Amino acid sequence: MRYTLAQKILQRGSREPIGEAGSIARCAVSLVLANDITAPLAIKSFRGMGARKVFDKDRVALVMDHFTPQKDIASAEQVKGVRQFAREMGITHYYEGGDCGVEHALLPELGLVGPGDIVVGADSHTCTYGGLGAFATGMGSTDIAAAMALGENWFKVPPTIRVEFSGKLPKNVGAKDLILFLIGQIGVAGALYKALEFGGQVIADLDVEGRLTMANMAIEAGGKAGLFPADDKTLAYCMEHGRGAAESIFPDPGAEYERVLKYDVSAMAPQVACPHLPENVKPVGEVKNVSVDQVVIGSCTNGRISDMREAAAVLKGRKVAKGVRCIIIPATPAIWRQSMDEGLFQVFMDAGAIVSPPTCGPCLGGHMGILAGGERAIATTNRNFKGRMGSLESEVYLANPSVAAASAVTGVITNPSDL
Amino acid sequence: MKYTGTAHKVGAHIDTDAIIPAKFLVTTDAQELGANCMEGLEPGWIKRVKPGDIMVAEENFGCGSSREHAPIALKGAGIPVVVAHSFARIFYRNAFNMGLILMEIGDKVSEIKDGDKLEIDPDSGTIRNVTTGAVIQGKPVPPSMQELLDAGGLVPYVKKRLAKQEA
Repeated sequence: MRYTLAQKILQRGSREPIGEAGSIARCAVSLVLANDITAPLAIKSFRGMGARKVFDKDRVALVMDHFTPQKDIASAEQVKGVRQFAREMGITHYYEGGDCGVEHALLPELGLVGPGDIVVGADSHTCTYGGLGAFATGMGSTDIAAAMALGENWFKVPPTIRVEFSGKLPKNVGAKDLILFLIGQIGVAGALYKALEFGGQVIADLDVEGRLTMANMAIEAGGKAGLFPADDKTLAYCMEHGRGAAESIFPDPGAEYERVLKYDVSAMAPQVACPHLPENVKPVGEVKNVSVDQVVIGSCTNGRISDMREAAAVLKGRKVAKGVRCIIIPATPAIWRQSMDEGLFQVFMDAGAIVSPPTCGPCLGGHMGILAGGERAIATTNRNFKGRMGSLESEVYLANPSVAAASAVTGVITNPSDL
Repeated sequence: MKYTGTAHKVGAHIDTDAIIPAKFLVTTDAQELGANCMEGLEPGWIKRVKPGDIMVAEENFGCGSSREHAPIALKGAGIPVVVAHSFARIFYRNAFNMGLILMEIGDKVSEIKDGDKLEIDPDSGTIRNVTTGAVIQGKPVPPSMQELLDAGGLVPYVKKRLAKQEA
């Protein structure tokens, strides 16, 4: 049988031969993840299961990133409970405070995920690690508790939609635009229960950070995973981030796909997802002049160093428009330090932006950037559901970092090419 | 077991932020989450629900976050069954893990109106619309999910497995 990337990676975790799409596979997991919102429930379930130890103290990661730095007493109590659990279990990869970042930016950076891994996380954006050739998928807390106890879980082998991008990316168009464009084409249920597998020259040319951005939003099309081949670029990234033993992985030629979508990107404009679904995607030119009150540049989608540089390139020598709050969130301490060392913070501060510690806060309307009724934001985050960033009467537009930065400068949604 | 209750109908792509917004995620308590169920769709929505009532939705119900607080909130609100055109994947797993019954019936969901009285038999996959007299034959709950429901959810299911491992 010729395997898709999904089948190939699942096979690495299974003792039985992986079957066709729709069959059930029981697989060992390489890493189990939970955060400050989902870990408390996972721990409750774990105890309820009568489990007394985690399957491997080095392969459970607990990252306190959503309501942290702790926004109130209730969130502080939640983190306290997780911290105690981590101590009791002797968990190696517990992150809080100064060594903590946005989980899906942090784990690849620490070399904790890599090609061929099977990762389950109690966070829907766990699919991010598909950017490194890992089968990574979001589950709920109780599924994660089972994986923490047993070191395995069951997976339905997903049918795969193969997506190939050809041509050459125009200026100011990048990974975020590719994935927004795709979600606009297939809709928020377009990949429901399925895996997305990416390929083509544009993907081969794309850097690993861009692939992580794209894989991150596979869930926004309903996808179970968003998978990229692990090529020489992936291996170089892994080497650089302390994951030396990584191997390349490609799908088999002639693997069976549910459908194959092909797009030429040469004429693509920056894409913007309009309220209130990530599928309401339009080229930036069709939404220009929509005014914004807040700009958020960060999150597990676009809070990496390349995103910081992209935003800084636009903001350099310019000012954030009066009345606009521009919040910039480097996703991890390492990205924060590098941004500082490269002088990007000087650019952000000179422009009048706010630089925040690493946190998921504003993306989910948690804290550090909540919208009031009638307010509108443009963000590099991944969801624009009604009320996502605060009031049910607020609006969120999604875009790439340079469009977000350009919009901060003008106070209206702006194509950076028009500045 | 059969379930009888009033249908509360919602639209397509109802996300987990609508079912239980992030600001309520500072607890894991079912009663507290249940009291704020669907607060992201319409404030005060829960006031019209009686325990035993049935949620009916269009396509892709439960899309978005992996938060298990969403099925817990629905159960906490006293809703034992959700009937939908289709469900988002993570929500589907979470619901059965929590013992919340889901029935996927595709286009036939248009035959149910808000306020209809329904009688549901998950074992046979039958939905009887008491108000109109119509009967919708859906798929029975899949055997692997039935096993979870029979065990009382994933927690007791794994508990049994762990006990066996230690024995």
